[in-house]
Amino acid sequence: MYKVLVNGVITLALLGAAVVLALLPWSLLLVLAVLFALWSALSHRGRQAWAVTRVGLATLPQRLGSSSVVVIGIAGVVGVLVALLAMGEGFRATLVQTGSDDTVLVMRAGANAELNSVLVRDAVVQIEQTPGILKNAKGEPIASPELVVVASLPRKGSGLDANLQIRGVGPQVRELRPHVHITAGRDFQPGLRELVVGKGAAEQFQGLDLGATITLNNQVWTVVGSFEAGDAFDSEVWADADIVASTYRRGNSVTDVTVRLVNADALDAFKAALAANPQLKVDAETTRSYFSRQSENLTLLIRIVGSVVGAIMAIGAIFGALNTMYAAVATRAREIATLRAIGFRGLPVIVSVMIETMLLALVGGLLGAAIAWLIFDNYSVSTMSQNFSQVVFAFRVSPALALEGLKWALVIGFIGGLFPALRAARLPVTTALREL
Amino acid sequence: MKYLHLVWAALMRRKARTGFTLVSVLTAFLLFGLLDSVRTAFGDAGSTVSGVNRLLVMSRISMTVSLPQSLLPRIEAVPGVAEVAYGNWFGGIYQDPKNFFPNEAVSENFLDVFDDYEMPTEQREAFRNTRTGAIIGAELAQRFGWKIGDKIPLQATIYPQRDGSNTWTFDLVGIFHARDRKDKNRESIMFFNWKYLDENRPFDRGRIGFYAVKVADVDQADQVAHAIDAISANSDHETKTQSENAFNRAFVSQFADIGLIVGGIMSAVFFTLILLTGNTMAQAVRERIPELAVLKTIGFSNRSVLGLVLAESVLLILLGGLLGIGLAALIVPAMSSEVGGLLPDQVRLGTWSLGLALMVGIGLVVGALPALRGMRLRIVDALAGR
Repeated sequence: MYKVLVNGVITLALLGAAVVLALLPWSLLLVLAVLFALWSALSHRGRQAWAVTRVGLATLPQRLGSSSVVVIGIAGVVGVLVALLAMGEGFRATLVQTGSDDTVLVMRAGANAELNSVLVRDAVVQIEQTPGILKNAKGEPIASPELVVVASLPRKGSGLDANLQIRGVGPQVRELRPHVHITAGRDFQPGLRELVVGKGAAEQFQGLDLGATITLNNQVWTVVGSFEAGDAFDSEVWADADIVASTYRRGNSVTDVTVRLVNADALDAFKAALAANPQLKVDAETTRSYFSRQSENLTLLIRIVGSVVGAIMAIGAIFGALNTMYAAVATRAREIATLRAIGFRGLPVIVSVMIETMLLALVGGLLGAAIAWLIFDNYSVSTMSQNFSQVVFAFRVSPALALEGLKWALVIGFIGGLFPALRAARLPVTTALREL
Repeated sequence: MKYLHLVWAALMRRKARTGFTLVSVLTAFLLFGLLDSVRTAFGDAGSTVSGVNRLLVMSRISMTVSLPQSLLPRIEAVPGVAEVAYGNWFGGIYQDPKNFFPNEAVSENFLDVFDDYEMPTEQREAFRNTRTGAIIGAELAQRFGWKIGDKIPLQATIYPQRDGSNTWTFDLVGIFHARDRKDKNRESIMFFNWKYLDENRPFDRGRIGFYAVKVADVDQADQVAHAIDAISANSDHETKTQSENAFNRAFVSQFADIGLIVGGIMSAVFFTLILLTGNTMAQAVRERIPELAVLKTIGFSNRSVLGLVLAESVLLILLGGLLGIGLAALIVPAMSSEVGGLLPDQVRLGTWSLGLALMVGIGLVVGALPALRGMRLRIVDALAGR
């Protein structure tokens, strides 16, 4: 009875330790690792532990088949986890870097997304004259009244219709977003039905090649160029706002105005000036905050799904590791009993089994992260944005995600090695020596 | 069958190992049950039996572009059209964007066309007669604890009121249910009177987001769709008419290729599982080689030894797999209403049968090599421990 109680307490304490381990930041983990290395190098027990570990590692090649179960099981968990998180991270990064702190999006109050907003020409003029906007060489405020609309076009692959975002832009858009550059063909000419197509949009939709034409509302538009922005704008096609308005029968209204401020600190003054204007009912926020807000829900969803799937797989992998390590301990039972008989204590034995499992887990984690990186890094997919249109993004397997995967691997290894290690240390010496 | 106790004894030989393997298999199939349910939920999102004989008419340019109200009598006049309803996406927000639920302004006869919803007659009357009336699905009523007579304020995202206010307040006059329990996830929606919207919005007056057409004869749905599109051909408001199911399929596919993601995860999971249990089976057979030799000595044929080992691995995977999908079958209904539409109300038959096929398949693959080894062993060598 007493023994069961002690076992239970030890188990709970160690599982708690595993959870703490999983939550610790990397800096603290490193400190722990250094302390552990010092212990094993300097103390008597530590050196014993290393000796036993070396024996264990030396016999590892004989158990290659069963040890690979730990490696591959954990590689599977880490691979799937990292791939799913990389999808969320890619989406978040694409949207967040679309915005900046010194450009501000002005929409009708309460609109929430560009597509929902409407601003009439008078409002646009008022917004452009608000103090705080950076002026260009000609002394005009750098502001782009934009008309965001959606066109339904067949997608490559499935052939099903999907929504493509068309952004009608104002004359100063090049000064507003200098990072967007034409990579092939030329820019559209104001006043003509010409389109420039973002890199991602061209990849996702049929018939957006250079020189191709698309028909919107019985009007023929020509694709005259393609552009690259490296962010969410890549999923759009751009054209002259006035001409888009005539095709979509929007009169002289636009959906929103994006302006460049003199500097990021001018935001509060700019917002206050807009709010003080009785003729305007608008919301203003930095484009960074707008695009981050758009990414929040999906990023959170992907993180939750990724963690749940990862956790379920991790449970499976833990039991696989348990199986393997119990078998490993069983095959080494005589050797371990011998060590115990000649005076090695329990702790070095425990430590050696743990180190072996953690090493296998580490290899598995690295393998899984590497596979996820090889297959999925920069893999491009698209989803529906809050503007009811496709936004293209690429998976991003960042070092931070790989480290997170490794942490999962180590936790799985820790739990999977723990119980076999305890078993090894408690093996009754006499019976174990007599075993075949 | 008569050897079942032998197979069982082999599994029980090392209880711990069998137990651990069982849990690994269980988690793999639990994941399969959950993910495949998500896939089915997306696969048949919004597709209902009556969704086949309902056509949706929207602008050809995109669903976000509105159509003139003048199309209504012309669509009604198309032969084969039984009833036409219409509506506008409203996109109102209740208190916080996180509380999202779809809300649409619809014509009075909306529930006549969407007859897979049912609502008491007096509530239908109330909806017709209350200008600010709104009706909601039972799921939505439960989520926010709304009762008939409540006032529901929504923040507009598209249409402010004509007086500049951004808040629209509706009187809850009815709560509808889906006729088929399978359509439960279609109950998280709110409808209100289109006239109330149209009279009070500052722009887009008389414009309609979509028409929903009930056709008299399902077999004629295609002809009716073509006839409707012909009305506006070459005008500045060309339409695209498709069945509700087709529309939903295309719409859902825009969110993500769920099939691809689920397929990717599951192949990683099953690949790992095969290696894991394959190793266990190999271990189990290796340990028992002398026993298998004894079996052969007392007259078991090569083939029955092969069968015994295969049966053992299939049984192991079946046990774990059935427990896993069974667990998923418990979790899915419990989570279904929490995650609104991401999961179906229960694990579908298709998931069960696909799962069973996978279990038997994986069991055979995993058992094949050890079973062949058992079949080929020579009694003399095996008994001598060579």
